[in-house]
Amino acid sequence: MEFLSDPVLSGFIAASVRLSIPILLAALGGMFAEKSGVLNIGLEGMMLIGCFTGFITVHWSGNLWLGAGVAVLIGAVAGLGLAFYAVTLKSNQVVVGIAFNLLMLGVSAYFFRLAFGSGTASPRITPFGPIDLGPLGEIPILGPLLFQHDPLTYLSLALVVGGWLVMQRSTIGLSIKAVGEHPEAAETLGLDPVAIRYAAVAISGALAGLGGAFLSISATGVFLDNMTAGRGYIALAILILGRRHPFGVMVAALLFGAAEALQLRAQLLPIGLPLQFLIMLPYVLTIVVLAASATRSGAPAALGQPYEKGGR
Amino acid sequence: MRNIRVAFGAVVANDDVSFAVQPGEIHALLGENGAGKTTLMRALAGLIQPQAGSIEIGGRPVTIDGPLEARRLGIGMVHQHFMLVPTLSVAENIALGLKEVRTWFPRLEQLADEIDALGARYGLAVNGRALAGELSVASQQRVEIVKALYRGARILVLDEPTAVLTPQEAAALFPVLRALAAAGTAIVFISHKLNEVMALTDRITVLRRGKVAGTLRTAATEPRAIARMMVGGEVTLPQLEGMPTPGRPLLEVDRLGLTDGRGVRRLEGVSLSVGAGEIVAVAGVDGNGQQQLAEAIVGLQRPDSGRVLIDGVEMTHRPVAERIAAGLAHIPEDRHRTAIFEKLSVTDNAVAEEAGRPRFARWGLRRLSETRAFAAQLVADYDVRLGSTEQPIGSLSGGNQQKVVLGRALSRDPRLVVAVQPTRGLDIGATAFLQNQLLRRRAAGAAVLLISTELDEVLALADRIVVLFKGQVSGVVARADFSVEKLGLLMAGRGA
Amino acid sequence: MSESASEAAVGLARRWLLPRSVLSGVFCVLAAFAMGALLIAAIGRDPVLAYLSLFEASLGSTNGLAETAIRTVPLAFCGIGIALAFRAGVFNVGAEGQLFIGGVAAAWVGLQLGGQPQWLVLPAMGVAAALAGAAWSAIAGVLKLKFRADELITTIMLNYIAIYFVGYLLHGPLQDPGSPLARTARLATEARLPMLLEGTRLHAGLLLVVIVAIVAQVFLWRSVAGFRLRAVGHNARAAENTGMNVKAALWTGFLVCGALAGLAGFSEVAGVQRRMIENLSPGFGYTAIIVALLGQTNPLGVLAAAVLFAALQIGSTTMESAAGVPSALTTVIQALVVLLLIGQNALPRFFRRRAASGS
Repeated sequence: MEFLSDPVLSGFIAASVRLSIPILLAALGGMFAEKSGVLNIGLEGMMLIGCFTGFITVHWSGNLWLGAGVAVLIGAVAGLGLAFYAVTLKSNQVVVGIAFNLLMLGVSAYFFRLAFGSGTASPRITPFGPIDLGPLGEIPILGPLLFQHDPLTYLSLALVVGGWLVMQRSTIGLSIKAVGEHPEAAETLGLDPVAIRYAAVAISGALAGLGGAFLSISATGVFLDNMTAGRGYIALAILILGRRHPFGVMVAALLFGAAEALQLRAQLLPIGLPLQFLIMLPYVLTIVVLAASATRSGAPAALGQPYEKGGR
Repeated sequence: MRNIRVAFGAVVANDDVSFAVQPGEIHALLGENGAGKTTLMRALAGLIQPQAGSIEIGGRPVTIDGPLEARRLGIGMVHQHFMLVPTLSVAENIALGLKEVRTWFPRLEQLADEIDALGARYGLAVNGRALAGELSVASQQRVEIVKALYRGARILVLDEPTAVLTPQEAAALFPVLRALAAAGTAIVFISHKLNEVMALTDRITVLRRGKVAGTLRTAATEPRAIARMMVGGEVTLPQLEGMPTPGRPLLEVDRLGLTDGRGVRRLEGVSLSVGAGEIVAVAGVDGNGQQQLAEAIVGLQRPDSGRVLIDGVEMTHRPVAERIAAGLAHIPEDRHRTAIFEKLSVTDNAVAEEAGRPRFARWGLRRLSETRAFAAQLVADYDVRLGSTEQPIGSLSGGNQQKVVLGRALSRDPRLVVAVQPTRGLDIGATAFLQNQLLRRRAAGAAVLLISTELDEVLALADRIVVLFKGQVSGVVARADFSVEKLGLLMAGRGA
Repeated sequence: MSESASEAAVGLARRWLLPRSVLSGVFCVLAAFAMGALLIAAIGRDPVLAYLSLFEASLGSTNGLAETAIRTVPLAFCGIGIALAFRAGVFNVGAEGQLFIGGVAAAWVGLQLGGQPQWLVLPAMGVAAALAGAAWSAIAGVLKLKFRADELITTIMLNYIAIYFVGYLLHGPLQDPGSPLARTARLATEARLPMLLEGTRLHAGLLLVVIVAIVAQVFLWRSVAGFRLRAVGHNARAAENTGMNVKAALWTGFLVCGALAGLAGFSEVAGVQRRMIENLSPGFGYTAIIVALLGQTNPLGVLAAAVLFAALQIGSTTMESAAGVPSALTTVIQALVVLLLIGQNALPRFFRRRAASGS
């Protein structure tokens, strides 16, 4: 039982959780958008803009929670922008999402350089630190899994439960699901598919923005160009792996987080298999899950399809 | 509703329409497909805004700017295509958008009980806890009616409620509607079927091409007068003449069985044959396997048992292209989904089937001038009204699109024509044109399989009628023995 | 000239030189630059100076032109492949991974055939890269056609898998024995693409991609197979109903995209890096999606869009040092061009609907 309290293992577990939070939040956001029928490929860009605005707010104000709040707000605004294209202009949602991501990449890098110049010394902030829960953190496995984290991590876990309550139990969740499955039926009942989709995409932007901010104001304390590095796309995979259910999404995010933690600890783990093949696992698993569930893995029926008001 | 006008772009769906329904009355809104019945009621339900006209409810003028307002005024509509979210339970479907349960967390259990009780009161058996998508068509319809009633509907609009029902199910629906009317509900019954309107309703308003042709008391009229009113009398639809001269069988369908992607058995042991110079019609209530039969014949679906022979050659599992080469032409039911490429030009659409033939291609490259010349000829021959053959076909009217589809199919001089609901959504003129074309193919010695749910069409054009019921042939009737009663029984699955 | 002949000539000119799509593309580019100028002015810098230094660096000298052309090659290869796939209705986001697989295949073949004559080695490398890229893309094809798995997600996943797989090869079996770095040994001279311009790095990959663009353009608009590909992309069910082979068209979309992305990997390996490295592409396969859209999924349009994007990328660092404008501005301009284009394509539809439903 020696290995249970091995520092390498507990470090790995704690890192897995830490690395899973950004993609978890983005995927949770993606769930809202997709359940309402909008494919949010722009999660990556929304994460990145949240990552940047969160960082710069903290840098200027010194207030970490203000940074998180700004990231949420800007992420939501970015979501509204995407919704304008996807819902109002009825553009192809994949295409718009990819273009949005490029825009956010450029905008964040442009203003970052503007604010801090192109010097080599990158600015730092003091990120969120772990909450000291005393002996709880020392428990093998469970300690690093649950009790060594910072406030933002606990907020994220609360958001998973909140997301579940809203989606599975509340009137709001009911409306979102109805609009994603059968927007015309929702409209005949007096719901406004357009407004609900805007709201859902804004929520998804807010959550993705917070997920991005986690990278800069919680995990590292710095901002780098293209810091999200494709995590928004991984969030889309997590949605499929987690079957668009908040708890499923959480487990899937942990899996991807573990893969990333593994990558960082390449040399420390005594494994015979080439490391790259282990890291590939969640990606391969996503494909397998997608292929095994023949009919688009229970995707909302109207996912990706713009809604034409009043029929015709 | 007074002087209502609704137009979509250049198409006027309702023109100066006035319509009134009393509490306790069942009022039929009767007319052909595309006469504007559904549009008028969608305006009442707040789903579209009329450009002109006024609406009064209970004597007070109202503006129905959306479904919420319609609901507040006590208007409930059961749409032809049900408005149920299949992945939600019945109770959840009814709770959607409802103020009474729009607390944060709806009390679905209590709602489900209320729904069950409400259904029981009017003889509508529903289960509030069932998943909407797993219900049969008939019980989905009951849910829709309960949904409207739960939402306080005092004016209930039913859009073609019997189109998806068997005659027995329709028969079970009528007493429910009468009971509702007796309880003071005003019911608007949209239909294009004369017999059920005569059997059920108190008054009839006939719509013709977007205008009111007249309003009558049901008891004081007779079917032929109404029929004349519906059609307008000025256009007589073509009628088959002369005895058939059946040649060799060009289409043979032998004990065809088919199970769809969801595991539902759609066809079972269906056999029929169509000879040269013969029109065989397939009749039946919508959804009894007609679409699957057509798709198995043209190659869009693979049957899991039985055979399809075209001109004596087995084609059961051959690709569509080979069937076309063997002389098959298909005029599908859902034009937009199955026949045309809306964003491609009329020219491209006209040669879609034959783009690879030597006439239109050399060395794998398209011969564009020949292609354009062909399209121009087709447009002239089939009287397609358009600006240019290079414009996207999606910019044409439905009738003109259908003429391109027809021209594409018939200009190849096909030996076998499979036409599925070819006149659905067309006006009378286009309908007559299309039906005449089918008769001309018959005269030219082609075999025509006409699949239609319109009894009038089938009776007018067919040499023989094959009736489908629940995926099986329930009977075959020769022209000499045609009668509505006989067909009606067969359509209900009761053999002759 | 007879009337019909002149009409035909005008029609030809319109179709090939100045169709509406070209005009709208040019308009969006100009508008994006104008918005970029506002961004520059807003931070107190000189937009004219910035743009001059940008294009001076990328187009104003032989070397700048050569660098722009070098950057154009992988963007255009991937962009054309993606465009053809999009036309067939295949949302292949996997060009990045297909590029890596093609690159490593080319390098492997090049190393195996080291001493053979160039006319043998180079084509073998190119074919290997195209086949490998197509095979990688075919995985997504099988997943879509046999298992109905959405290619959008599978190709993104396959990109990661490809890059990790190549990482494994470069850290393991294919690693340069004389180096601790994750890269293959250097390719022999015979396995390198010939240089086109003395004193620059410009390689023959440019000729290859221009030929590919022309062939693809003719294929798409003049060939029967291209017509069927477009028809399937517009409405697969109607295509099947009119006797077209839908699967063949979808396979064409997957395989051609994979092969062209593989060729992008080949030209980077044989023309620029002269070996396979771990960071072969800074996201060419993703940028190429935007390039394909800007080129309105027309092969020649994609080529032009690739030149523009390459010029923006090449000139951006000079712009930063000369005019003090962060180089990321060019990324913003790239994104704005496409967003404007998408908006512009949607707007007429939007307003027509408004007019139709207006009361």
